[in-house]
Amino acid sequence: MKRLPDRRGHFGIYGGRYISETLMPAVMELEEAYLKWRKERSFRDELHYYLREYVGRPTPLYLAQRLTKRLGGARIYLKREDLCHTGAHKINNTMGQILLARRMKKTRIIAETGAGQHGVATATVAAMFGMECDIYMGEDDIKRQAPNVFRMKLLGARVNPVGTGTRTLKDAMNEALRDWITNVYNTFYIIGSVAGPHPYPMMVRDFQSVIGEETKRQIKRKEGRLPDVLVACVGGGSNAMGLFYPFLRYREIRMIGVEAGGAGLSTDRHGASLCGGKVGVLHGSKTYLLQDRYGQIRDTHSIAAGLDYPGVGPEHAYLHDTGRVEYTTVTDREALDAFKILADTEGIIPALESAHAIACALKMAKRLPSRTIMIVNLSGRGDKDLNSVFERMEKDII
Amino acid sequence: MDGDTGSRIERVFCELKKRGEKALITFITAGDPGLEETKRLILELERAGADIIELGVPFSDPMADGPTIQASSERAIRNGTTLPKVLSLVREIRQKSNIPIVLFGYYNPVFTYGLERFARDVKRAGVDGILVVDLPPEEAGELKRVLKPQGVDLIFLLTPTSNTRRLRVVTENASGFVYYVSVTGVTGVRKRLSGSIKDQIKRARRYTHLPIGVGFGISTPQQARKVCRWADGVIVGSAIINILAENGSPSVLVKRVGTFVRQIKEAIKK
Repeated sequence: MKRLPDRRGHFGIYGGRYISETLMPAVMELEEAYLKWRKERSFRDELHYYLREYVGRPTPLYLAQRLTKRLGGARIYLKREDLCHTGAHKINNTMGQILLARRMKKTRIIAETGAGQHGVATATVAAMFGMECDIYMGEDDIKRQAPNVFRMKLLGARVNPVGTGTRTLKDAMNEALRDWITNVYNTFYIIGSVAGPHPYPMMVRDFQSVIGEETKRQIKRKEGRLPDVLVACVGGGSNAMGLFYPFLRYREIRMIGVEAGGAGLSTDRHGASLCGGKVGVLHGSKTYLLQDRYGQIRDTHSIAAGLDYPGVGPEHAYLHDTGRVEYTTVTDREALDAFKILADTEGIIPALESAHAIACALKMAKRLPSRTIMIVNLSGRGDKDLNSVFERMEKDII
Repeated sequence: MDGDTGSRIERVFCELKKRGEKALITFITAGDPGLEETKRLILELERAGADIIELGVPFSDPMADGPTIQASSERAIRNGTTLPKVLSLVREIRQKSNIPIVLFGYYNPVFTYGLERFARDVKRAGVDGILVVDLPPEEAGELKRVLKPQGVDLIFLLTPTSNTRRLRVVTENASGFVYYVSVTGVTGVRKRLSGSIKDQIKRARRYTHLPIGVGFGISTPQQARKVCRWADGVIVGSAIINILAENGSPSVLVKRVGTFVRQIKEAIKK
């Protein structure tokens, strides 16, 4: 299997570095630093130490017995990233990046956030290492993810509301990029997904691959073999890349990325860039985008703020075209149902993002034989979503 | 640089140089406040002394722009401005004016239009140069390949962060002129100029014979004059957009822009 990306950060025709000249030296410096440190024993040991002692890794690979029984099909395992410190997989990456930032002698951290999970994970590691931290978040997201906003503030971060454009994740990313352009000398930009200019898609994937590496060891121990099906939700796609990447070379393993179907693919209210978008360039890389025929980025919609993004990581675009990973969608409605089903069969309240993966698993597992092993990435917990789910359910009852 | 050959952009710089003058490059967003007004504005800018027009192609996610041009892009998009409409506008302008026009924007609308078709259509419309903010030379190979046979310049940015390696890559690929970004930051009006502009320009000249224009943050006649002591030209954008965003009828605003541009032109002549 070819090692990707190539030296300029391309996954096939995707990825690359489509950014303002001001940032070119910065991303080149970052790439050099990352390539150097990822090989160093001291860096790897330190990252491993904090992932174990602070993040709480390894996270369990849990056999969802009642869910499996209820569906009467494939055996369903849940990779419990919701049990990471801060409640989602995001901290695997922020921990890696902040250790890198410290080695690069950067004194200030910035990040964009949608659901607030990446913002919280960034604010957390910034607090832990005593670094100044600015988070950019769309005004609409600030409204629907209030608990996370409060969390970030408690953690000492400044939360900067972004009122331009669609007031969601993409606009937060624009604003974070503008901050970086302005303060590039002392500032480290911790991107939260496998998106952005090279080396971010590669670096974030590598930091998140701990999910897949652990899963591989755990399933071998539990079942004596590798799984048959992997399922993960895809917004930008970092939890999915993290789970899939270590398994890519096993051709017989099916992998399914689940995008936000929103109100349905036939409407324009969704967030499914791979299933419903076209190739374009945004936020530093070439990838699939939701856009109009003139190349203006379109409004997106998902009940899950973390999936409400018009692009997707370039490696997913590549894996989509090669057919190695299958991409599908589930609607807001289906995700909400899955949210409730998991809560009441397993006692686990998933993040609405992760509920998309669960919803897909529910649909598929029934049709698969009981010897099939399916692993679903439970990328985050649902506490942050209780308010919006409550409102939505109230509406549905009336 | 020979005055009779080369692109229209190079010729303008060359003629100005012969007269000991500097180029005034003015930026406006196509379609803000409306496409008709943009046409009138371009002609007014030319009358007021602008030497080159930078015409912004609005994009929904202008990552390198400050609040002024962001808002301007949003207004233009709301007015229905699209790349095909911008090209028609340039075609119409060409019946009345030969002022060099540089399209200034982001890559996605260009990419979506189709590169071959883009190169052909910009040439037909009478565009002289293209500047794509989020397209560094490393990713610009394809666009360069299709623009070259059409004789349309591809202009790149240099910035205060550009190290020796970047200076080399950018100047090797640039044509028309080099756009030196005076600040580490996004577009927008600033009270003070960066102190290092002089040294940065001197450094860039070791790598290129192309003219150097300086932009980002230049908003007063005094700032423009100062920059022109070292540069071959100055680019003024947000300050003009700010005038257009003031209250007043379009014709009044166009006049006001004209007055402002005349002041800048006077200042850089001295």
